Formats: sequence, structure tokens, C-alpha cells
Amino acid sequence: MEPILQGKNLVKRYGKVTALDHCDFELYPGEILAVIGDNGAGKSSLIKAVSGAVIPDSGEVYLEGKRVQFTSPLDARDHGIATVYQQLALSPALSIADNLFMGRELRRPGWRGKYLRQLDKPAMEKFARDKLSELGLMTIQNINQAVETLSGGQRQGVAVARAAAFGSKVIILDEPTAALGVKESRKVLELIQDVKSRGIPIVLISHNMPHVFEVADRIHIHRLGKRLTVIKPDEYSMSDAVAFMTGAKEPAQAA
Amino acid sequence: MSDQPRSGQDYESTLSSSSQTVAAFADDRQGLIHKFQHALHQTPSLVPLIVLVMSIIIFGVLLGSKFFSPFAMTLILQQVQIVGILGAAQALVILTAGIDLSVGAIMVFSSVIMGQFTFRYGIPAPMGIFCGLAAGTAIGALNGWLVSRVKLPPFIVTLGMWQIVLAANFLYSANETIRSQDIAEKAPSLQFFGTTIAVGGARLTVGVIFMVLLVLLLAYILRQTAWGRHVYAVGDDPEAAELSGVQVNRILISVYALSGLICAFAGWALIGRIGSVSPTSGQLGNIESITAVVIGGISLFGGRGSIAGMLFGALIVGVFTLGLRLLGADAQWTYLLIGLLIIAAVAVDQWIRKASV
Repeated sequence: MEPILQGKNLVKRYGKVTALDHCDFELYPGEILAVIGDNGAGKSSLIKAVSGAVIPDSGEVYLEGKRVQFTSPLDARDHGIATVYQQLALSPALSIADNLFMGRELRRPGWRGKYLRQLDKPAMEKFARDKLSELGLMTIQNINQAVETLSGGQRQGVAVARAAAFGSKVIILDEPTAALGVKESRKVLELIQDVKSRGIPIVLISHNMPHVFEVADRIHIHRLGKRLTVIKPDEYSMSDAVAFMTGAKEPAQAA
Repeated sequence: MSDQPRSGQDYESTLSSSSQTVAAFADDRQGLIHKFQHALHQTPSLVPLIVLVMSIIIFGVLLGSKFFSPFAMTLILQQVQIVGILGAAQALVILTAGIDLSVGAIMVFSSVIMGQFTFRYGIPAPMGIFCGLAAGTAIGALNGWLVSRVKLPPFIVTLGMWQIVLAANFLYSANETIRSQDIAEKAPSLQFFGTTIAVGGARLTVGVIFMVLLVLLLAYILRQTAWGRHVYAVGDDPEAAELSGVQVNRILISVYALSGLICAFAGWALIGRIGSVSPTSGQLGNIESITAVVIGGISLFGGRGSIAGMLFGALIVGVFTLGLRLLGADAQWTYLLIGLLIIAAVAVDQWIRKASV
């Protein structure tokens, strides 16, 4: 089977620090791929390189077998790759609805949208409310609330809702449950399964081993800027995975 | 893990019976002050509006009909029109967390281009005006390009541009003023913004009407269009805006270019206001426009505030200036009070933000 999203020989250096050292990456259609690794192993750099947020120094990225060169996240998004970044990328002073539609606003039908370029706020608010209820983020009282008035978990919920609503080919989640409570984490995991059942593959970056082992089909273990190995969660235990990722144990064969 | 592979973690089993009610918080913070603070948080332009209304009332009580007349009220509007138009340009830039020190210089240079092109080269006045507007836009766009592409701090870019444009202005005009009578005779369209419309005692000029319409138009654009929301997002957190799909560089260049165009319109209005084309006029435009923006409650850190607040801020300065002059006070008192207002405005801004979330 052909990978839907693939990185080959990716290199990214920041000054003297090599964040990605000839790294490979494959995501197959319909799967959930978890990416785990120690802090500073280069997980976020890998994700940014395949989602257009950073431009790799060398190496190639392929989407559905075709070579792509993303120059901005907008570029990647137009190709159907939606990403939730660790820092969430929300604008604190703007409302939930404004944030959800940032960069892809809906205009009013008719002359007011065409000539006055007026936004269709009622439609945007309704859509935002529906998406948040799907995620179980009912505790948000007002969709016009500024994002800065939300709790950390609620903000994360908004960011995840945005990716789930608009990602058409690949959804990348960088630490989606890090700031969430038990119930909200469960909702996000359910959402991940739900997105998978719609046939959209997901890349999940997480430090939470139980979550990773629960939802992932394959686990990409990242160490020292490259892919160490790829394991299946039912063939290895969590402690094996942690041992690989910290270098306490070497994988049996190269992936 | 192995016996129950895909049904969640054990400790989550009680979730199904968990409470489904939406959290409601009893707000025990009571009293007028808190309610007031909350209202201010929702609509930041309320602060300058309240200050404006109160200062009109106070001066009205102190001065009676001398101040509280249609003539005096519209005189204030005429006196603030230039600062109001420049303030609109400044407000756009400050909303993106920038600052534009070159607004006054762009204004003067544009007015000089309008005048000199018409008189020195003998081209029709409307064409001269068009050239002036184009020059203002181009200088603004250059500012925007330096800020967004070359990644220089807006303060430095516009500090440099201020000097460059001002020097170019003096070099090009040879420090020559075009007299009001000549303009009225040969190119009256240059003075179009000075056209007076008298209704009873009130005397409105085209420039005043233009200022009000401009503020209304920008308020609509900032609130109701995607471009406007992007301006706020860029000022709030440019990195987040970029990651969520805003073309930050393009927004910045368009904001500075639009600011330049508005400054050029201010230059046209300046000819209408003073009658002549003078390269030495409007030197304090940058500081006065920043004052209007700050008193109007727009945050210098970007992303917060409204353009209507800027207009209220400019009017507050106008009311103080005229009121104190009618009271016979030394002009320095005006500056002293405006200085106090600037500091108070920023203090109020911090207070609103701190507690009411």
C-alpha cells in the first residue's frame, strides 16, 4: 500500500542543533500513527516539516505519492492537512467562532457578501457551536466568548475541533490531551476514533503511553532526530516502548 | 491492557455515569464597580466615550452657551479632523502591534506633491491629487514591506521613514508655500475638503464628514470582514495567526499601504483646512495621532481596541483644547491635562483587563 503522507531523508538544522537527521516518516491511509520520543528528540520538528510550518533543509515530502513542497501552513492546509500545534495557534482576543474560521471565513450569501464582503457570522457561530457540542465541550457558555477567557482544556478543545472540522486528508495532533481532564481526554480519544472511522488518517504525538497504546495502529519511535523503529502496540509493551525511546534498549531489527 | 484492548482505561469506567449538567458559576462578585468593569471589558471604547461626554458636560457647565453651542461643537470637529484622519491610519497600524511615526510626514509630503504637481508641472488638479494619493500609498507599502519582509521593528522603520520623507518634502518643495489665493483661483479641487456646509450655527466641512465616514467604514471593515479579523489576529499573536492560516505578511503590507493612503487623504484635507500648501505644516501629526489612539483605548501591544475609540480620543483632545482656551487658561494646561489623560487611559486599560475575565 502506498503511504498517504511520506517524508524521506528529512534534515532540519537550527544553527548547530540538528533537529532532524535524515529522518523518514510514513503515514498509511486510514491508520492512526502515534509518534513518541523523548523531549527534544525532534518530534515537533518532524511534524512541522511535513505540515509546512518549517521548510526542511533537505529531503522530500510526498502526499499521495506526489512530491509536495509546502512553503507555509496555509499551503499544507489547502492540500487537506490540518494540524493542531502544541501552542494551539489561537488568537486570544478573538472569539471562538472567529478562531475556528480563521483564514477560511464564510461570507454572507448575496450582495452583502459579494460586494460588502460581509462575514456570515450567524452561520459561523452555528457551525462552531455544533462542532464544540460534538466534542462535548458544552461548558462553553457563549460562542462569542474570547478564547482568552477559556480554560486551558477548553482552548485545546477548540483547536482540536478546528482540525477535525476542516482536515480532509490528514489530521496531525501534537499533544492533544496534554492539558485536558480525564473526561475531556476521553472525548478527544473518541473523536480520534471517530475521525479514523471516516477514513481520515491521523498522526498523534503524545507522551501519554496508555492513550498511545489504546488508539494507535502503529507507533513511530523517534530518537535523536531520526526514526528508531516502528512497532505495533499489540506486539510490545509500554515499558518496551519507553525503553526504545530512552535508549535503554535497542530494537531487534531496523525498521 | 491486553484483556480489554480498545475500550478505554479502567479508571475511566465511571465516566458514563458522570454528571451531564453544564457548569454554572455563581458570580458572587457583586456591586456596581464589578458590573461596570465587566461592561468596559466587553466594549473598550466605552471608556473614552464616558470621558468625552463628561468633559463636554463639565466645560458646558463652566462656560455655558459659549461652549455648548452648535458653532463651538462643530468647531471642535473641524479642529480634530486632521488628527482624526491620521488617527485612523495610526489605529490600523497599532492594531497590528506596530507603530507608525511617519504618518505626519507622509501627510505633508502628499499634500506638497498634490500642490507642486499641479502648479509646477501644470497637470490638472485631479491628476495631481491622484499622484499625491498614490505617493502616500507607495510610502506606506514600503513601510509595510520593510516591516513584514525585512523583519525590521516598526518603530525603527517608521522613525527612519519619518526623517526621509520629511527631508524629501523640504528638498522637493524647496520650502516653498503655495498661497491660498492661487489655489482658490487655479485649482479649487485641492481645497475641496475645506468646503463648508452651514446648517444653522453649525459649520461642517467636507473634511469633517470624510473623517466620520472613514471611521464608520473602517469600523465596519474591522468587525465584519475577514481582512478585519485578520488584522486583529496578526496584532494579537502573529505566530498563531500564521499557523492558523493567515497570510501575515500580506496583511501587514496591506495595513501599512492603507495607512499611507489614509495619510495622503489627510494631506488633501490639510490643504482644505489651512487653505495653502505648506511644507512646514502638520509636524506634530505623528504624536497627536498616537495620543488619540492611546486615549481611545487601543492597546499599543496590538489586537485590542476599536477605531471608534480613536475618534472619541481625538475628540477628547479637541474638547480640552477648545474648552481650556475659552476658559482663558494657559495653553500649557492643555498639554499637562492631555499628558495625564494618556497615563490614565493606559492605567484604566490595565485595570479592565486584570480582573474582569
